Amino acid sequence: MSTVSTAFERAGAEGRAALVGYLPAGFPSVPDAIAALTAMAQAGVDIVEIGLPYSDPLMDGPVIQEAARRALAAGTRVSDVLDTVQAVAAAGVPVLVMTYWNPVDHHGVAAFARDLANAGGSGLITPDLTPEEAGPWLEAAAARGLDPVFLVAPSSSAERIKLITAACGGFVYAASVMGTTGARDAVGGQAAGLVRRVREYTKLPVAVGLGVKDPSQAAEVAGFADGVIVGSAFVRRLLDAPDAGAGIAAVRDLAADLAAGVRHPDR
Amino acid sequence: MSALDELTSAYLSAKADPGFQAELAALLRDYAGRPTLLTEVPRFAAEAGGGRVFLKREDLAHTGSHKINNVIGQALLTRRMGKTRVIAETGAGQHGVATATACALLGLDCVVYMGEEDTRRQALNVARMRMLGAEVIPVTTGSRTLKDAINEAFRDWVTTVDTTHYCIGSVMGPHPFPVMVRDFQRVIGLEAREQVQVAAGRLPDAVIACVGGGSNAIGAFHAFIPDDGVRLIGCEAGGDGLATGRHAATLVGGSAGVIHGMRTYLLQDDDGQTLDTHSVSAGLDYPGVGPEHAWLHDTGRASYRAITDAEAMDAFSVLCRTEGIIPAIESAHALAGALQLGPELGSDAVLLVNLSGRGDKDVDIAAQWFGHLG
Repeated sequence: MSTVSTAFERAGAEGRAALVGYLPAGFPSVPDAIAALTAMAQAGVDIVEIGLPYSDPLMDGPVIQEAARRALAAGTRVSDVLDTVQAVAAAGVPVLVMTYWNPVDHHGVAAFARDLANAGGSGLITPDLTPEEAGPWLEAAAARGLDPVFLVAPSSSAERIKLITAACGGFVYAASVMGTTGARDAVGGQAAGLVRRVREYTKLPVAVGLGVKDPSQAAEVAGFADGVIVGSAFVRRLLDAPDAGAGIAAVRDLAADLAAGVRHPDR
Repeated sequence: MSALDELTSAYLSAKADPGFQAELAALLRDYAGRPTLLTEVPRFAAEAGGGRVFLKREDLAHTGSHKINNVIGQALLTRRMGKTRVIAETGAGQHGVATATACALLGLDCVVYMGEEDTRRQALNVARMRMLGAEVIPVTTGSRTLKDAINEAFRDWVTTVDTTHYCIGSVMGPHPFPVMVRDFQRVIGLEAREQVQVAAGRLPDAVIACVGGGSNAIGAFHAFIPDDGVRLIGCEAGGDGLATGRHAATLVGGSAGVIHGMRTYLLQDDDGQTLDTHSVSAGLDYPGVGPEHAWLHDTGRASYRAITDAEAMDAFSVLCRTEGIIPAIESAHALAGALQLGPELGSDAVLLVNLSGRGDKDVDIAAQWFGHLG
């Protein structure tokens, strides 16, 4: 069983949802991102997603776009992302990389899987890769014991949910709204229905992302999902902070608040 | 995916529907001005090796370029799907203007995303779009050019897909766009293939077109693909020259990868990040290329060459002075290809060049380049 699966199991055994936190590598700097991700894990995030900064982040809203832009402008390379994985995984938390497909394709799928596994990574979340195009990745993932996580959306047909969930390992990423990443004032009304539909096809844990920014939203999502994914809200803490130290402290505080939120689900 | 599945299904049904095809043909004829002329250009040909050169006059289509062929088709599809809003990306502005035009014609809401850099260098087209009732949104993220406008259009579409059709302007993007846009553009080559045989008594030795995303080129090439004796020549934006890295010559200077939902060639760095591109022509300034061109390139059916800004502007000037036609700077890349290829093929050659657009939108840039306005 993968470290990701174990984390979901443990959360389930504790009667709560798992908390999944996202930050891109290299922002505000490679070491600062490592510190922020580690702080997140220490403060109660069960599973960490490390974003690979990309030049054309189609599914990201302005907050993550800005962080990626700054990370790339500062010279962040794929090797830095792998170093980040290694450092954060060493802190004992399951680590997935969230990436658009071209950087993996260009690196070589088998080579990337090898490097990710060697760095202690547990899997990849691939928002712009459909299972139909994922043959080489699914093969490499199986060979390396990595979890392949795909996304489902409110618009996904039953047929596609079946296809996507069959290819997933670790968990299924359910996008709560039709849209891009970004904190929102309310959890999308379609999220609970999507999770219900996904559960018709899989026993894998289902985690909901896009738009969760505070503990009460986390509690709401924890009421119907196995995991709550928070990304832009963490990035915003770093963007708004006067310096990296303050940003990391703010990330830690948010993680702690969200961890409390998932332990008090709305039912 | 469901939006793409819906679109694919609607497109295939429309393709097989004689009523849809008739309505499309009528609008292309009575509104867009098809069939466009095939014009022989002997004074230009004298500069191009002394053979015969024919221009396919997409510059004379309504809105001034080939873009109208695609947008009328997609606007009709939008209505067929019961959607009321259309979004588009645009580089030079020609596709944006064409989309705004089709939306005005069919009573659809229109929003065009345009890189901020491009809104500056093609300001007249921004004005045109607004006059036609479209909202133009300058895109300030990324490199602020075409690829970023595409990114922003995708971000809009994922949120508005129930009411909105994304009218992509070239043979790129996720399926079904590359094949659908090609099917709407292949009227160019279908007409030209008939016209050149009437005018020259035979098929051409080469069909030459500029390649940005690749829609005018694939539209010109497609009918000739089975004609083994006809060379297909794509002219990409060589910018300041390949060696400088400041260009947009994707097939000549790029490598295989994934961008904007398609597997194709793109200009990328060692990490798979998309590179910034440069061309004097906004419409060719795109780091990707349509996947059908990638296939034609890999199979050797078509060959592609890079034309520098200077070569394109020289060809621009030659056509102006020898034939009294001001071409779009994009199309001038194809003209430059003819000036290179003609002498190689000799005075018995017949060349067909797709004049994808007229240069009214480029008078400002050309005037600066040649110093006409002091």
